[in-house]
Amino acid sequence: MQGLTKAIWREARRLLESGEVDVIIGFTEGTLPLRAAPVFIRKAADVERLIWSAFCENNLARYLRGVADKRVAIVAKGCDTRSIVALLNEHQVERDKVYIIGVPCQGMVDGRIVARRVAGEVLSAHQDGDEIVAEGDGFSIHLPRSELLHRSCTACVHPNPVLYDVLLAEPVEAWAEDPYAYVREIEQKPVEERAAYFASEAQRCIRCYACRQACPMCYCEECFVDHTTPRWIESGATPAGQQAWQIGRAYHLVGRCVNCGACERACPVGIDLVYLNGKSSKDVWELFGFEAGIEVDKPPPLAVFLPDEEPNLA
Amino acid sequence: MSEWQPTVVVFLCQWCLKSDSDWTKRFSLPQRVRVVEVPCSGRINPLLLMSTLQYGADGILVVGCEAGHCHYKEGNYLGRRKFVTLKSVLEYVGLEEERVQFAWLGETDRGKLETAVAGLLSDVRALGPNQELATRHGALSTIHT
Repeated sequence: MQGLTKAIWREARRLLESGEVDVIIGFTEGTLPLRAAPVFIRKAADVERLIWSAFCENNLARYLRGVADKRVAIVAKGCDTRSIVALLNEHQVERDKVYIIGVPCQGMVDGRIVARRVAGEVLSAHQDGDEIVAEGDGFSIHLPRSELLHRSCTACVHPNPVLYDVLLAEPVEAWAEDPYAYVREIEQKPVEERAAYFASEAQRCIRCYACRQACPMCYCEECFVDHTTPRWIESGATPAGQQAWQIGRAYHLVGRCVNCGACERACPVGIDLVYLNGKSSKDVWELFGFEAGIEVDKPPPLAVFLPDEEPNLA
Repeated sequence: MSEWQPTVVVFLCQWCLKSDSDWTKRFSLPQRVRVVEVPCSGRINPLLLMSTLQYGADGILVVGCEAGHCHYKEGNYLGRRKFVTLKSVLEYVGLEEERVQFAWLGETDRGKLETAVAGLLSDVRALGPNQELATRHGALSTIHT
């Protein structure tokens, strides 16, 4: 971790001092323990604010469109680079304006799991080898990192950057065998149980749209849910409107979602969003053999077709 | 109280009914079947289908040309990829995906529109009124046909 942080500093300093890029998007210490915060570094003197830790959970590709007029370097783990590829394929960013500092990822730690595993309030946390050390008033507890990962991270099959200009460490070995295991588990359940689960998840939504704001692929200038003429989806918090919003949001990401889980981490009420997006990713993989954000210039699955594919799929 | 009758919406591709006799039959469908003519089934945004369910439709039928017979060559191919993924998501979250149905008509399919509408109506009658996704009950019944 320390080594990676230093490597990020070196690369960032070189890029800013040589004038190769105008701004670096990376992570800095969060104001709370167990959190890292996105940061924009514009001066070489500030590069030591950058960090790499077990809590760099945001998908930084989300910010690329906002600095499209600048030359940007971005600290990117596997899922961030997949989002960049997906954005490139949708012509939202230009490859020659983005310098990708690739960082192999070991999965990011879910602070909520850590908080559940300790007795008091966590006041500081750091990584020690394969363990996360959480410290608070009168306790210091070592927890294995692999047990604390976000759900999207436990299912990750692309922890290494798929596209980069420099890779700061040796690639790591992927740990997940089946990225859709969780979706399969839900699919096995009887229909009543699935409906009840969806209703109970959707009804907690407070319509803050943090999931949308955190998502690198949700870049529409005006979201369908904000439209009033026509009113596509009910924006009030009625049970039916909540469900329609969740379906509409997940459906808009068919063949585009890279399953980074940024939406779920942004959700203040902890709605299981990975289970919805995971289903559409599984569908495009099984039906059309497509995985989002892997190949540059591969057209998205809903924009192409094969004339001889099964017509009565539907 | 009279027996409940479903209201369904048919999104009809303007090219798929190849014979004049079939084309005029779209006017003789039951009164609670609302027909929306669209230029091509590929034009249909799945959000339109979600929106229709929100407006209180009990069922939806999307009618397009069969493979290889799209007036615009490829609209139906693109459409069916969207519909299959939408239906799959609906089924996954435990909603009644039978409310959304599709029919692909070929040149020799005389009368298939009526069969498909009748099939949808009987499926929807078995399911009962759309309560899961409707937020504006009755909105459709105020529209004149």
